[in-house]
Amino acid sequence: MSAWEPVIGLEVHVELDTATKMFCGCPVTKGDPPNTHTCPVCLAHPGALPVVNERAIEYAARIALALGCEVRPRSIFHRKNYFYPDLPKAYQISQYDEPLAVAGSFDYWVGDEKLSCRINRVHMEEDAAKLIHAGGEAGRIAGSEYSMVDFNRGGTPLIEIVGEPDIPSPEAAREFLQQLRDLVIGLGVSECNMEEGQIRWDANISVRPAGSDRLGTRTELKNMNSFRFLQQALESEVPRQVAVLEAGGAIEQETLHFDPETGVTTPLRSKEEAHDYRYFPEPDLVPVTADAAWIERVRQSLPELPAARVERFTSQYGLSRYDAAVLGGGAALAGFYEELVAQGIEPKLAANWVMGEYSAHLHSAGLEPGHGHVTAARLAALLRLVAAGEVSGTAAKQAFALMVEERAEPLDVVARHDLGQVSDTGELAAVVAAVLAAHPAQVEQFRAGKEQVAGFFVGQVMKVTQGKANPQLAAELVRAALRGGDAAPTDAGAPA
Amino acid sequence: MTAGLDPLRLTAREARRLLTDGELAASELTKTYLDQIERVEDRVHAFIQVTADNAAKYATEIDQEAGATRGALAGLPTAIKDNMVTEGVTTTCGSRILGNYQPVYTATAVRRIWGDHIVMLGKANMDEFAMGSSTENSAFGPTHNPWDLSTVPGGSSGGSAAAVAAGEALWALGSDTGGSVRQPAALCGVVGMKPTYGAVSRYGLIAFASSLDQIGPLTRTVYDCALLLRRIAGHDPCDSTSVALPGEIELPGAERLEGLRFGIPTEYVARGIEPGVMARFEKTLTLIEELGGTCVEISLPHTDYALPAYYIIAPAEASANLARFDGVRYGFRAAGADDLTEMYEATRGEGFGAEVKRRIMIGTYALSSGYYQAYYGQAQRVRTLVRRDFDTAFAQVDLIVSPTSPTVAFGLGTRTADPLAMYQSDICTIPVNLAGLPAISIPCGLAGHLPVGFQLMGPAFSENRLLSAAHALEGAIGFTAVPTFCDSRDAADAPGGSCGRPDREAVER
Repeated sequence: MSAWEPVIGLEVHVELDTATKMFCGCPVTKGDPPNTHTCPVCLAHPGALPVVNERAIEYAARIALALGCEVRPRSIFHRKNYFYPDLPKAYQISQYDEPLAVAGSFDYWVGDEKLSCRINRVHMEEDAAKLIHAGGEAGRIAGSEYSMVDFNRGGTPLIEIVGEPDIPSPEAAREFLQQLRDLVIGLGVSECNMEEGQIRWDANISVRPAGSDRLGTRTELKNMNSFRFLQQALESEVPRQVAVLEAGGAIEQETLHFDPETGVTTPLRSKEEAHDYRYFPEPDLVPVTADAAWIERVRQSLPELPAARVERFTSQYGLSRYDAAVLGGGAALAGFYEELVAQGIEPKLAANWVMGEYSAHLHSAGLEPGHGHVTAARLAALLRLVAAGEVSGTAAKQAFALMVEERAEPLDVVARHDLGQVSDTGELAAVVAAVLAAHPAQVEQFRAGKEQVAGFFVGQVMKVTQGKANPQLAAELVRAALRGGDAAPTDAGAPA
Repeated sequence: MTAGLDPLRLTAREARRLLTDGELAASELTKTYLDQIERVEDRVHAFIQVTADNAAKYATEIDQEAGATRGALAGLPTAIKDNMVTEGVTTTCGSRILGNYQPVYTATAVRRIWGDHIVMLGKANMDEFAMGSSTENSAFGPTHNPWDLSTVPGGSSGGSAAAVAAGEALWALGSDTGGSVRQPAALCGVVGMKPTYGAVSRYGLIAFASSLDQIGPLTRTVYDCALLLRRIAGHDPCDSTSVALPGEIELPGAERLEGLRFGIPTEYVARGIEPGVMARFEKTLTLIEELGGTCVEISLPHTDYALPAYYIIAPAEASANLARFDGVRYGFRAAGADDLTEMYEATRGEGFGAEVKRRIMIGTYALSSGYYQAYYGQAQRVRTLVRRDFDTAFAQVDLIVSPTSPTVAFGLGTRTADPLAMYQSDICTIPVNLAGLPAISIPCGLAGHLPVGFQLMGPAFSENRLLSAAHALEGAIGFTAVPTFCDSRDAADAPGGSCGRPDREAVER
């Protein structure tokens, strides 16, 4: 197995969140009743003509520039011809050999290792409509009685990011996609909602002797939208190919289907059935022209990109490379983190909380960063109590959970559940005295010189106060009392 | 006939004056044309659908409209080729596959003149999907040429041309992909113009070949042609390939041709032009000189390659444009299919006629992997050469002239079995479509009993120069003949059946 290395390439489709469709004025929507956002253009009525959505071109250029691509001064649309009910014109308007942008690269991290993948091109096209197969099993076409078409999605602007086969492992493929998704979301051009299929991809994979620079025959996994399944599929495909080659066989160029239940890939269709799309330049559209000034304006409008942000987080906040990558990779989480810091929370404390309690909460609640009850302001209010020593770390975690559960304000939660740290010397001294009185044997041990017993007493104080005691103050008071100091006014019960 | 109006001779200019001056009611004018339709339509068959009730009703409404709020073309009865979608009025494109199609919107060019309050008389017959040169490819039966009912009116806008010639419409809109306005205009003895590509919006024109299609007027006079063109031309945000004209279309008044140089392409007149057509063409050249113009021979060396290039490019685009007629969303769907592929095949197999299928197959083949460069790629290179030929020529001359069609109207059925012979009809008209240039055909007399068309071609956006020159020449030609509705298949002495005497000016009453 070590004699072989995988070579993976990804082609990623992203639906853009423009207000209107790629070639008509119908709104781009999600979840509306079927066929309520259609017109002669996106239903391909006779005589209707496409008109390019300029905002979609701008969004595509944002992605292209963020990937370091060269935006070409002139690009054209082609017609890609095939019959299917989800494609009303029976051709998809797409870019072919003169795409919007070419020759970029995307840097991403796998653990602490920075990898780079060349981007062949970024091009524009339109999405197909949605087919709904009725009367069969689980919405599949096989066995269904009839099919319906919802044209609401038909004509949604779509970009395709075509990566070169530069990805060295299934894990790297997953990281590439997750970080690319973060990038696109951060550019504000798509929410990349996975369930809605707003981002989906085709993967091609081959293996070759480690260190070789030749590409082997590849197989393809089409139209996937789960990071986990992608990694699983690739992880099952690599050893399959290796086994075939080591047995002296040859890899068939074919499209594979991955069954997540069995974890096995099976052939879908072979190249013999490949379509002839009869591409030719779309005569209904004029070339897309992008002059240097426009390209520069789009470039200037780009937000900070994840790679730059991660660098900045390490230098500006003193975070480790790992913490910076976790916090700075996605714009939303990074934004949340920086809001905490802006509210005066110490960067390391903020980092620990965002990566710990907060991320766990997002995960369990299924929320995107910045959404839900826990706003940066609420978390900052809690962390200010921690920083001021008014709430212990343990109590703060309780307070966080209660704040989420009760959808309450952190200060209220702390007060209501009596989670404030006890820093009142008199109050704590009484507790210390009681603890010492309850454990005379340990007091003797201390006084006999076994000073580490002090820790036991601090622990007991914390236990009695349910974690609310200020630990430093508790330690001071315990040591004072054990040394027979006057800090133990109710010392009466102790043996002389 | 109303108030002595002669629909065979009335011009839009005169009708407009009569309406504006209050000498004529729009309802009377429309009735004149509806009466003429009543009288001759069963012999001519210019229309796929006559919208008589709507036309009469709308004309009455115009009469009630105050003069000041009337549109620029208010009350002028118009035929619309049935490949322009009209909301609420069935639009078939001459095809069974759209036999029941109810458009949900209206073509920009039509919407503009509806906004000018024209009266639509109906939807004119045409070759299916505008593929043809005789209107015999209509799924709804052929149109007959009113000059001789045994002959074709040309095509594909044969219904529009015949309607104007027969006095069934004051004027009409057609569309021209390779000569489909000019060639029927020539064969029917009317004026027909193809504007510069992009001058008129194609939005709502059912596409045949998108890079070649243009809507154009068919009228009785050059003045009328300018009057209609100026209302339909201009940029349309719904058509990315449409452009704003450099200046407004002017109503022509020129009577002389002084200072204008006319080029006669040797390649056009070298061969294949009928003697009768050639004689009228040469006679017209002498008129040009009499009006002060100069005629010089020029060369358009790639002319021979234009026709084959056209018959690659147009079918290639058509093969994609017509793919949307799949039976899924609208139009005809064949019954009884068991699965999707069968449904597609049966719907398209039954819905399209033979010529449409032929061109879809040619176009599909030309775009196929492995053949693309040899056919479509090569045709596009020829197209560039044809365009350069014109650029070179227009550095020497102001306009180029030729016969519009190599022949006069030919007999119904005489070319249907031989597609290549049919394709030759457009040999003089196709090159300007490939080059995107404007051209106009005007009647220049009769050869025998049938009209001959004279074509003037100009550089891009030279519409005003073309219209002006055509207007001057039209005056000198003085074509006043009108069709006789004879039928040369009848015995020569049969009533109304004599086609024998040329220049006959009989008006059928």
